[in-house]
Amino acid sequence: MKRVIMYYLRPYYLRMMFGFVIKFVGTIMDLCLPWILAYMIDTVIPQGRQGDIFFWGVVMFGCSVLALVFNVIANRMASKVARDATQAVRHDLFERIMWLSHSQTDGFTKPSLISRLTTDTYNVHQMLGRVQRLGVRAPILIVGGILVTLTLDPVLTLVLVSVMPVIVFITVYVSKKSIPMYTALQAAVDQFVRIIREDVAGIRVIKALSKTDYEKEKYDAVNKEVVGRERKADTTMAVVNPSMNMFLNLGLVFVVLAGAYRVNAGLCEVGKILAFLTYFTIILNAMINISKMFVIISKAVASADRIVEVIDAPPEMLCGVFERLENEDAFIRFEHVSFSYKGGEPDVDDISFSLKRGETLGILGATGSGKSTIAQLLMRFYDADSGAIYIDGEDIRSIEAKALRDKFGVVFQNDTLFEQSITENIRLGRELSDEQVKEAVLYARAKEFVEEKGRGYDKLVNIRGANLSGGQKQRILIARALAAHPEILVLDDSSSALDYKTDAALRHELAEHFKDTTKVIIAQRISSVMYADHILVLDDGKMIGYGTHNELMESCEVYREIGISQIGEGQEVSV
Amino acid sequence: MADKQNQKYEKPKNRKGTMLRLGVYMMKYKFLLLFALALTVGSNVMALIGPMLSGYAIDAIELGKGKVDFQRVFYYAGLMVVFYLLSSLLSYALAVLMINISRKVVYQMRHDVFHKLMELPVGYFDTHQTGDIISRISYDIDTVNTSLSNDIVQILTTVITVIGALFMMVVISPRLVLVFAVTVPLSIVITKYLTGKTRPMFRLRSRKLGELNGFVEEMISGQKTLKAYNQEENTITRFDGKNEEAVEAYYRAEYYGSVVGPSVNFVNNLSLTLVSTFGAFLFLHGQLSVGKISSFVLYARKFSGPINEAANIISELQSALAAAERVFNMIDELPEPADRENALILEHTDGDVRLENVSFGYNNDTPVIKNLNLHAARGRLVAVVGPTGAGKTTLINLLMRFYDTDDGNIYVDNNDIREITRSSLRRSYAMVLQDTWLFQGTIFENIAYGCADATYDEVVEAAKAAKIHSYIKRLPDGYDTVLTDDGTNISKGQKQLLTIARAMLMDARMLILDEATSNVDTRTEIQIQQAMRRLMEDKTCFVIAHRLSTIKNADVILVVNHGEIVEQGSHKELMEKKGFYSQLYNAQFE
Repeated sequence: MKRVIMYYLRPYYLRMMFGFVIKFVGTIMDLCLPWILAYMIDTVIPQGRQGDIFFWGVVMFGCSVLALVFNVIANRMASKVARDATQAVRHDLFERIMWLSHSQTDGFTKPSLISRLTTDTYNVHQMLGRVQRLGVRAPILIVGGILVTLTLDPVLTLVLVSVMPVIVFITVYVSKKSIPMYTALQAAVDQFVRIIREDVAGIRVIKALSKTDYEKEKYDAVNKEVVGRERKADTTMAVVNPSMNMFLNLGLVFVVLAGAYRVNAGLCEVGKILAFLTYFTIILNAMINISKMFVIISKAVASADRIVEVIDAPPEMLCGVFERLENEDAFIRFEHVSFSYKGGEPDVDDISFSLKRGETLGILGATGSGKSTIAQLLMRFYDADSGAIYIDGEDIRSIEAKALRDKFGVVFQNDTLFEQSITENIRLGRELSDEQVKEAVLYARAKEFVEEKGRGYDKLVNIRGANLSGGQKQRILIARALAAHPEILVLDDSSSALDYKTDAALRHELAEHFKDTTKVIIAQRISSVMYADHILVLDDGKMIGYGTHNELMESCEVYREIGISQIGEGQEVSV
Repeated sequence: MADKQNQKYEKPKNRKGTMLRLGVYMMKYKFLLLFALALTVGSNVMALIGPMLSGYAIDAIELGKGKVDFQRVFYYAGLMVVFYLLSSLLSYALAVLMINISRKVVYQMRHDVFHKLMELPVGYFDTHQTGDIISRISYDIDTVNTSLSNDIVQILTTVITVIGALFMMVVISPRLVLVFAVTVPLSIVITKYLTGKTRPMFRLRSRKLGELNGFVEEMISGQKTLKAYNQEENTITRFDGKNEEAVEAYYRAEYYGSVVGPSVNFVNNLSLTLVSTFGAFLFLHGQLSVGKISSFVLYARKFSGPINEAANIISELQSALAAAERVFNMIDELPEPADRENALILEHTDGDVRLENVSFGYNNDTPVIKNLNLHAARGRLVAVVGPTGAGKTTLINLLMRFYDTDDGNIYVDNNDIREITRSSLRRSYAMVLQDTWLFQGTIFENIAYGCADATYDEVVEAAKAAKIHSYIKRLPDGYDTVLTDDGTNISKGQKQLLTIARAMLMDARMLILDEATSNVDTRTEIQIQQAMRRLMEDKTCFVIAHRLSTIKNADVILVVNHGEIVEQGSHKELMEKKGFYSQLYNAQFE
């Protein structure tokens, strides 16, 4: 919260000050009215001069107009500050999220990041606006009220003010207590986001298994949890207002008692006590308004802390200085690379291989044997725990992330299509001409269906690519990977939904048009990798075979088994 | 598409309807609300008694120096303490009560939205951003919620005091009240005009926040891809655009909305001015005493205070209404058409599936399946092969009635599936889809998902059959390992094995395997083949696969191209035919 005030509001301090001044004037105008009214009733009317009455009537009207104008201007300025500050907060948060490392994203979880970016920023926005709009009048009334009572009878004022510390203590104490409750509430809101995302993604399975009732129950449990936490936090905050009320009123009782003694002693007049009571009512009402704001503020503090937690996440995966390999002839080199996602047993263990520019590496292995992990390490989504990875002789940890990723075209296992046109999905923000896009579509063997009647390059891809079949999605993704003619192409099991014919055609295109591209192809089908220059066979994170198809058919038991099962015995290939 | 997008959002809107519907939600708790009203009246009365008591106390002080009647002062001071305590307790009770009521309402709204969501046809999710749905459940309902718990009390208070004060004023001087005959309609007109003008802006604000949410959800979901293509900065720029739109819509609503409060305030001040001036003239003509003017003004101020407060929250109320509207719009979405009356509940199926002249397309202009005939008798294995995008997955959508056919009929055990309840039809299939889906929960829960009463042993057995048991065992928490966040760190192949285990647990007569093992390595596939065979035993199976080795022993192979069955027969027959199938088959050795 501190950050929001100290950093995000700083550029607007001047504007805010100006706004406060305007609001101040407007509020004073508002407050002048009853005063003029009293003056009229007490002094002007009894004198009975029509001109005076008319004059003061006009003055009152003038004050009303000024109050209107100034309040509107100030409110608008306040909204503007809230808008600009929120925009900046949201921008920074989104920017930070985009640059979070993979393990950081895993740590925060995506649903939580989404709700921080949405509900939490709304809470802050709302608070910034409301406090500025409503937070001026009350303090003015309180301070003004106290000042006036001071002129009436300082001793009685002191009696009244003596309850203030109690009120401040209660307010601060309760707010402090409620902030963690609001934080917990927001964490429960994350669960909403999670369930909805999950169920939307799995709606077919849920319906197929007739589990909608089960999902509803699951959701209801979260709903109950959220409502429970909301209730807890709000009920806690609800203590502030009545207790403030009570203590102020007790203060008033003390004032009456003290007043009684003072009057008895001849130190004070009854009229003053009466006036005192009038001002007291004003102060009381102002305090009530302030206590209402504390609810919004506590909620916003909780949200702001959640936002800042992400913004302040330390940058990871920075560039370091590492020694360059001299006389390096390989383009990609893995040197004894080991890595574990959760720090337990390594998910890939002691991987070493090297590829020359333009060569193809096929990676084959059982489900969960670490194939994708190798690709993720190569692209530096995670840093290896030990060993090193080199591209063109340079340790990838010494290459700037942008420069590193520029070298790649990639299709992941669960890759994403966005709700954009086919062209935009392929281009993905890069500066690629229409020709390049078309060419990529051709190479990815997607031309036929993209140019089909009723489709075309501008056809909008539905959310999660719902209007495309599995194979069509994969081909668009492959076109995306090919479009920029990358130095390195990573295809992570990205032809699983392609029929053999298309898959084979794609391989021909790669061999023909992407000679200089170094290819890393992860696959289940031996036919997808058997022509590769090198084939890496993984088992449980370890390399159990490395070589060409023919070598591995000889030497690697597992590979041979896969080979026989898929293409039958005696299938030799000549490279 | 733009038209369609507009249609998606611009539904007929009716504020009265929205208010009414909110009212219906509130009315469920009408006794609690009555109680709240009583508490409001009570605490307002208390608020009036307090000053009265202090007045008495001051009367006792008024006797002057040395003559103060301390006994009476203490008596009244004591009473004051009691009353203030009571009033604080009452207002706390009121606050808690209102919090409870609004929670109940909000719980119900969230409940209704989600329950509706689950009833919507599958196609809805293909065209609506998840983030926007989330926005309705979180931001929009929250807005309604805040408004309910804070603003309702304010409005009740306003109504009570206004009625009370108006009554008192009429008693004092009916003629002066005429001033309000001018200003009250004036403030009503102004409020109406301004709220009418700002209503679309508040709607826009809710909608833009929804869009921002949709964008954020999509981008964060695809973060890995964006990173891989160095799209962080581009995405941030695009986000900035959405962000700008959202805060601007928020600002514009407030820009105009913030006029309402001061305007109403102004009208109030105007009436004060008129009252005092007009009252003064009445006094000059001997129609009214100064004392009466003074007490009239006192009440007039009592009248205007709460109205000002209420005016200040009008914009909150408006945003709450706009938000409620979005929530109701979603509740009003058309669900999957209800099952026919007296629809059959399939309990024991034989597994005889027949398609007759089935045609279907997602949009009217491009048919995906044309005139398909197919008979899968009990226990038969039907394989569907063909180039990608040939409409294979669509077949499943039709079999499971995610979509209804445009033309032709599908029968299960000679019952038209439109005559069967959807849930019993779907339950009679077990399926493993290409897009594996796991949820956040333990591995045990994920496997037992289709079969809630499965025992631990049964689950283990299924996992063993799916060859995923040893992997699970190696995890620190075994079957109690919680899969988080789309199961990001388990491979797609492992996910497929888990969903296969899930299907193995189910006792269904019909089985659908859509690329069930596309991400499982062949060795594992061979290992689970035996289990798969057991899974498929006695079941009518529909298998979609590219890896032709897996479907060689199918009873019937349907070769689909461009939505039509081009060839049909066993592997041997089709190979001998040397047609499209044999081409496809041989392509894998190219």
